[in-house]
Amino acid sequence: MHIPDGFLNVPVCAVTGLAAVAGLWMSVSRSQAALGERTIPLMGITSAFIFAAQMINFPVAGGTSGHLLGGVLAAILLGPWAGALVIALVLIVQCFLFQDGGVLVLGANIFNMALIGTVVPFWIYKPLSRGIGHIPAAALAAWVSVELASGMCAVELGISGTVPMGLAIKAMLGWHAVIGIGEAIITCVVLGYVNAVRPDLITTRAEATS
Amino acid sequence: MTRKEILTGLGLALFVAIVLSPFASSSPDGLERVAEDHQFVGKAAEKSVAPEVFPDYTIPGVENKSFSTAIAGGLGTLILYFGGFGLARLLASRRDRVPNQSGT
Repeated sequence: MHIPDGFLNVPVCAVTGLAAVAGLWMSVSRSQAALGERTIPLMGITSAFIFAAQMINFPVAGGTSGHLLGGVLAAILLGPWAGALVIALVLIVQCFLFQDGGVLVLGANIFNMALIGTVVPFWIYKPLSRGIGHIPAAALAAWVSVELASGMCAVELGISGTVPMGLAIKAMLGWHAVIGIGEAIITCVVLGYVNAVRPDLITTRAEATS
Repeated sequence: MTRKEILTGLGLALFVAIVLSPFASSSPDGLERVAEDHQFVGKAAEKSVAPEVFPDYTIPGVENKSFSTAIAGGLGTLILYFGGFGLARLLASRRDRVPNQSGT
Protein backbone atom coordinates (compact mmCIF):
# COMPACT_ATOMS: atom_id res chain seq x y z
CA MET A 1 0.00 0.00 0.00
CA HIS A 2 2.81 2.40 -0.86
CA ILE A 3 0.97 5.64 -1.73
CA PRO A 4 2.27 7.32 -4.90
CA ASP A 5 2.55 11.10 -5.23
CA GLY A 6 -0.69 12.67 -6.39
CA PHE A 7 -3.09 10.69 -4.18
CA LEU A 8 -2.88 12.97 -1.13
CA ASN A 9 -3.28 16.73 -0.98
CA VAL A 10 -0.66 19.11 0.43
CA PRO A 11 -2.20 19.61 3.91
CA VAL A 12 -2.45 15.82 4.43
CA CYS A 13 1.15 15.37 3.24
CA ALA A 14 2.27 18.11 5.66
CA VAL A 15 0.40 16.79 8.71
CA THR A 16 1.41 13.15 8.15
CA GLY A 17 4.96 14.32 7.43
CA LEU A 18 5.14 16.08 10.79
CA ALA A 19 3.57 13.07 12.53
CA ALA A 20 6.18 10.80 10.89
CA VAL A 21 9.07 13.04 12.02
CA ALA A 22 7.70 13.15 15.58
CA GLY A 23 7.18 9.37 15.62
CA LEU A 24 10.65 8.64 14.28
CA TRP A 25 12.18 11.07 16.79
CA MET A 26 10.47 9.14 19.56
CA SER A 27 11.57 5.84 18.00
CA VAL A 28 15.22 6.95 17.96
CA SER A 29 15.23 7.87 21.65
CA ARG A 30 13.26 4.82 22.76
CA SER A 31 15.06 2.23 20.65
CA GLN A 32 18.49 3.11 22.00
CA ALA A 33 17.91 1.35 25.30
CA ALA A 34 16.75 -1.80 23.55
CA LEU A 35 19.73 -2.14 21.21
CA GLY A 36 22.66 -4.17 22.40
CA GLU A 37 25.58 -5.89 20.66
CA ARG A 38 23.17 -8.82 20.30
CA THR A 39 20.68 -6.91 18.18
CA ILE A 40 22.94 -4.73 15.98
CA PRO A 41 23.42 -7.36 13.23
CA LEU A 42 19.80 -8.48 13.71
CA MET A 43 18.61 -5.00 12.72
CA GLY A 44 20.59 -5.31 9.48
CA ILE A 45 19.20 -8.76 8.72
CA THR A 46 15.62 -7.74 9.56
CA SER A 47 15.86 -4.67 7.30
CA ALA A 48 17.30 -6.77 4.45
CA PHE A 49 14.73 -9.54 4.85
CA ILE A 50 11.71 -7.23 5.01
CA PHE A 51 12.88 -5.34 1.91
CA ALA A 52 13.31 -8.64 0.06
CA ALA A 53 9.98 -10.04 1.26
CA GLN A 54 8.17 -6.85 0.24
CA MET A 55 9.23 -7.56 -3.35
CA ILE A 56 7.23 -10.79 -3.35
CA ASN A 57 3.66 -9.89 -4.26
CA PHE A 58 1.40 -12.88 -3.64
CA PRO A 59 -1.89 -13.16 -5.53
CA VAL A 60 -5.08 -12.80 -3.52
CA ALA A 61 -8.64 -12.95 -4.85
CA GLY A 62 -9.81 -11.34 -8.06
CA GLY A 63 -6.61 -10.31 -9.85
CA THR A 64 -5.23 -8.40 -6.88
CA SER A 65 -1.97 -8.98 -5.03
CA GLY A 66 -0.45 -8.11 -1.71
CA HIS A 67 2.93 -8.30 -0.07
CA LEU A 68 4.36 -8.42 3.44
CA LEU A 69 4.40 -5.19 5.43
CA GLY A 70 6.64 -6.69 8.11
CA GLY A 71 5.87 -4.27 10.93
CA VAL A 72 4.85 -6.89 13.47
CA LEU A 73 7.75 -9.15 12.48
CA ALA A 74 10.25 -6.31 12.98
CA ALA A 75 8.63 -5.24 16.26
CA ILE A 76 8.73 -8.76 17.73
CA LEU A 77 12.40 -9.24 16.80
CA LEU A 78 13.69 -5.77 17.72
CA GLY A 79 11.07 -4.13 19.91
CA PRO A 80 8.42 -1.74 18.57
CA TRP A 81 10.63 1.37 18.28
CA ALA A 82 13.62 -0.17 16.52
CA GLY A 83 11.05 -2.09 14.46
CA ALA A 84 9.48 1.20 13.38
CA LEU A 85 12.91 2.49 12.36
CA VAL A 86 13.49 -0.65 10.25
CA ILE A 87 10.20 -0.22 8.34
CA ALA A 88 10.93 3.51 7.89
CA LEU A 89 14.40 2.69 6.54
CA VAL A 90 12.91 0.20 4.05
CA LEU A 91 10.35 2.81 2.92
CA ILE A 92 13.00 5.53 2.51
CA VAL A 93 15.23 3.28 0.36
CA GLN A 94 12.22 2.11 -1.70
CA CYS A 95 11.14 5.73 -2.23
CA PHE A 96 14.49 7.16 -3.29
CA LEU A 97 16.15 4.22 -5.06
CA PHE A 98 13.24 2.11 -6.36
CA GLN A 99 10.55 4.74 -7.09
CA ASP A 100 8.17 2.72 -4.90
CA GLY A 101 6.03 5.20 -2.96
CA GLY A 102 6.02 8.94 -3.60
CA VAL A 103 8.43 11.51 -2.19
CA LEU A 104 5.85 14.06 -1.00
CA VAL A 105 3.80 11.26 0.60
CA LEU A 106 6.83 9.57 2.21
CA GLY A 107 5.74 10.94 5.59
CA ALA A 108 2.27 9.44 5.14
CA ASN A 109 3.72 6.06 4.14
CA ILE A 110 6.06 6.10 7.16
CA PHE A 111 3.23 7.17 9.46
CA ASN A 112 0.86 4.46 8.16
CA MET A 113 3.21 1.51 7.93
CA ALA A 114 6.21 2.18 10.22
CA LEU A 115 4.24 3.72 13.09
CA ILE A 116 0.53 2.78 12.93
CA GLY A 117 1.28 -0.62 11.33
CA THR A 118 4.23 -1.49 13.59
CA VAL A 119 4.11 0.13 17.04
CA VAL A 120 0.34 -0.12 17.61
CA PRO A 121 -0.07 -3.83 16.76
CA PHE A 122 2.91 -4.65 19.00
CA TRP A 123 0.85 -3.36 21.92
CA ILE A 124 -1.79 -5.89 20.92
CA TYR A 125 0.76 -8.69 20.48
CA LYS A 126 2.54 -8.22 23.78
CA PRO A 127 -0.28 -8.81 26.31
CA LEU A 128 -1.90 -11.36 23.99
CA SER A 129 1.29 -13.44 23.67
CA ARG A 130 1.21 -14.23 27.38
CA GLY A 131 -2.33 -15.52 27.12
CA ILE A 132 -2.52 -17.38 23.81
CA GLY A 133 1.16 -17.87 22.97
CA HIS A 134 3.64 -16.11 20.67
CA ILE A 135 2.60 -17.46 17.31
CA PRO A 136 -1.20 -17.02 17.53
CA ALA A 137 -0.69 -13.54 19.03
CA ALA A 138 1.71 -12.66 16.21
CA ALA A 139 -0.78 -13.89 13.59
CA LEU A 140 -3.56 -11.74 15.00
CA ALA A 141 -1.34 -8.67 15.43
CA ALA A 142 -0.01 -9.08 11.86
CA TRP A 143 -3.53 -9.15 10.43
CA VAL A 144 -4.58 -6.14 12.54
CA SER A 145 -1.42 -4.30 11.46
CA VAL A 146 -2.38 -4.46 7.77
CA GLU A 147 -5.94 -3.36 8.54
CA LEU A 148 -4.72 -0.43 10.68
CA ALA A 149 -2.23 0.78 8.07
CA SER A 150 -4.68 0.45 5.18
CA GLY A 151 -7.47 2.06 7.22
CA MET A 152 -5.21 5.03 7.97
CA CYS A 153 -4.32 5.23 4.28
CA ALA A 154 -8.05 5.26 3.43
CA VAL A 155 -8.70 8.09 5.91
CA GLU A 156 -5.90 10.14 4.30
CA LEU A 157 -7.36 9.50 0.83
CA GLY A 158 -10.77 10.57 2.11
CA ILE A 159 -9.53 13.77 3.78
CA SER A 160 -7.59 14.62 0.61
CA GLY A 161 -10.84 14.39 -1.36
CA THR A 162 -9.35 11.75 -3.67
CA VAL A 163 -12.23 9.34 -3.05
CA PRO A 164 -15.25 9.53 -0.69
CA MET A 165 -14.16 8.56 2.83
CA GLY A 166 -16.69 5.78 3.44
CA LEU A 167 -15.97 4.17 0.10
CA ALA A 168 -12.20 4.35 0.68
CA ILE A 169 -12.41 2.77 4.13
CA LYS A 170 -14.72 -0.01 2.98
CA ALA A 171 -12.66 -0.87 -0.10
CA MET A 172 -9.25 -0.62 1.60
CA LEU A 173 -10.25 -2.64 4.69
CA GLY A 174 -11.98 -5.21 2.48
CA TRP A 175 -9.01 -6.00 0.24
CA HIS A 176 -6.51 -5.77 3.10
CA ALA A 177 -8.53 -8.16 5.25
CA VAL A 178 -7.52 -10.78 2.68
CA ILE A 179 -3.95 -9.50 2.23
CA GLY A 180 -3.62 -9.52 6.03
CA ILE A 181 -4.03 -13.31 6.04
CA GLY A 182 -0.87 -13.51 3.90
CA GLU A 183 0.84 -11.12 6.33
CA ALA A 184 -0.14 -13.37 9.25
CA ILE A 185 1.11 -16.53 7.52
CA ILE A 186 4.50 -15.08 6.48
CA THR A 187 5.00 -13.47 9.91
CA CYS A 188 4.30 -16.79 11.66
CA VAL A 189 6.51 -18.85 9.33
CA VAL A 190 9.46 -16.52 9.89
CA LEU A 191 8.89 -16.29 13.65
CA GLY A 192 8.49 -20.06 13.82
CA TYR A 193 11.89 -20.44 12.15
CA VAL A 194 13.54 -17.87 14.45
CA ASN A 195 11.88 -19.54 17.44
CA ALA A 196 13.38 -22.87 16.37
CA VAL A 197 16.96 -21.64 15.85
CA ARG A 198 17.27 -18.68 18.26
CA PRO A 199 14.28 -18.50 20.62
CA ASP A 200 16.03 -15.79 22.64
CA LEU A 201 15.60 -13.37 19.71
CA ILE A 202 11.84 -13.17 20.29
CA THR A 203 11.63 -9.85 22.18
CA THR A 204 9.01 -10.68 24.75
CA ARG A 205 10.81 -13.90 25.68
CA ALA A 206 14.17 -12.09 26.03
CA GLU A 207 12.50 -9.63 28.39
CA ALA A 208 11.03 -12.42 30.45
CA THR A 209 14.37 -14.14 30.95
CA SER A 210 16.61 -11.10 31.48
CA MET B 1 24.92 -13.42 16.87
CA THR B 2 27.60 -15.59 15.38
CA ARG B 3 29.04 -15.00 11.91
CA LYS B 4 27.30 -18.14 10.72
CA GLU B 5 23.91 -16.91 11.94
CA ILE B 6 24.39 -13.51 10.31
CA LEU B 7 25.35 -15.12 6.98
CA THR B 8 22.37 -17.49 7.20
CA GLY B 9 19.96 -14.61 7.78
CA LEU B 10 21.44 -12.45 5.05
CA GLY B 11 21.58 -15.45 2.73
CA LEU B 12 17.87 -16.12 3.23
CA ALA B 13 17.04 -12.48 2.49
CA LEU B 14 19.18 -12.57 -0.67
CA PHE B 15 17.53 -15.83 -1.72
CA VAL B 16 14.09 -14.21 -1.46
CA ALA B 17 15.19 -11.08 -3.34
CA ILE B 18 17.16 -12.82 -6.10
CA VAL B 19 15.53 -16.24 -6.61
CA LEU B 20 11.89 -15.64 -5.61
CA SER B 21 11.36 -12.05 -6.84
CA PRO B 22 10.96 -12.94 -10.55
CA PHE B 23 7.98 -15.11 -9.53
CA ALA B 24 6.16 -12.29 -7.72
CA SER B 25 2.62 -11.50 -8.88
CA SER B 26 2.40 -8.43 -11.12
CA SER B 27 -1.29 -7.88 -10.33
CA PRO B 28 -2.18 -4.52 -8.76
CA ASP B 29 -1.77 -4.42 -4.98
CA GLY B 30 -4.63 -3.56 -2.61
CA LEU B 31 -4.29 0.23 -2.94
CA GLU B 32 -3.81 0.11 -6.73
CA ARG B 33 -6.86 -2.10 -7.04
CA VAL B 34 -8.98 0.33 -5.00
CA ALA B 35 -7.62 3.22 -7.10
CA GLU B 36 -8.60 1.39 -10.31
CA ASP B 37 -12.06 0.42 -9.04
CA HIS B 38 -12.85 3.95 -7.90
CA GLN B 39 -11.28 5.79 -10.81
CA PHE B 40 -8.53 7.72 -9.08
CA VAL B 41 -5.56 5.71 -10.32
CA GLY B 42 -4.96 8.48 -12.90
CA LYS B 43 -4.08 10.89 -10.09
CA ALA B 44 -0.81 9.07 -9.44
CA ALA B 45 2.22 11.07 -10.55
CA GLU B 46 3.67 9.63 -13.75
CA LYS B 47 7.26 10.19 -12.75
CA SER B 48 8.89 10.33 -9.34
CA VAL B 49 10.60 13.49 -8.15
CA ALA B 50 13.48 11.27 -7.01
CA PRO B 51 16.16 10.25 -9.53
CA GLU B 52 15.48 6.89 -11.15
CA VAL B 53 18.13 4.57 -9.79
CA PHE B 54 16.33 1.21 -9.98
CA PRO B 55 13.02 2.16 -11.67
CA ASP B 56 10.31 -0.39 -10.82
CA TYR B 57 12.90 -2.71 -9.24
CA THR B 58 14.99 -3.12 -12.40
CA ILE B 59 18.48 -2.19 -13.53
CA PRO B 60 18.22 0.29 -16.43
CA GLY B 61 19.73 -1.21 -19.57
CA VAL B 62 19.39 -4.85 -18.50
CA GLU B 63 16.88 -6.26 -20.99
CA ASN B 64 15.94 -9.56 -19.31
CA LYS B 65 13.23 -8.56 -16.83
CA SER B 66 13.76 -11.46 -14.39
CA PHE B 67 17.53 -10.99 -14.33
CA SER B 68 17.14 -7.23 -13.97
CA THR B 69 14.71 -7.60 -11.05
CA ALA B 70 16.90 -10.21 -9.36
CA ILE B 71 19.99 -7.98 -9.49
CA ALA B 72 18.10 -4.85 -8.37
CA GLY B 73 16.54 -6.88 -5.53
CA GLY B 74 19.88 -8.33 -4.47
CA LEU B 75 21.52 -4.89 -4.43
CA GLY B 76 18.59 -3.41 -2.49
CA THR B 77 18.81 -6.22 0.07
CA LEU B 78 22.51 -5.54 0.64
CA ILE B 79 21.85 -1.78 0.91
CA LEU B 80 19.20 -2.47 3.58
CA TYR B 81 21.48 -4.89 5.44
CA PHE B 82 24.26 -2.34 5.73
CA GLY B 83 21.74 0.47 6.32
CA GLY B 84 20.04 -1.37 9.17
CA PHE B 85 23.34 -2.50 10.67
CA GLY B 86 24.77 1.04 10.44
CA LEU B 87 21.67 2.60 11.95
CA ALA B 88 21.71 0.15 14.87
CA ARG B 89 25.40 0.83 15.50
CA LEU B 90 24.81 4.58 15.37
CA LEU B 91 21.95 4.34 17.86
CA ALA B 92 23.94 2.14 20.23
CA SER B 93 27.00 4.41 20.10
CA ARG B 94 24.89 7.51 20.72
CA ARG B 95 23.43 5.84 23.76
CA ASP B 96 26.81 4.77 25.09
CA ARG B 97 28.13 8.33 24.88
CA VAL B 98 25.23 9.61 26.98
CA PRO B 99 25.05 6.92 29.69
CA ASN B 100 22.32 8.58 31.76
CA GLN B 101 19.94 8.23 28.80
CA SER B 102 20.26 4.49 28.68
CA GLY B 103 17.50 3.91 31.19
CA THR B 104 14.85 5.79 29.24
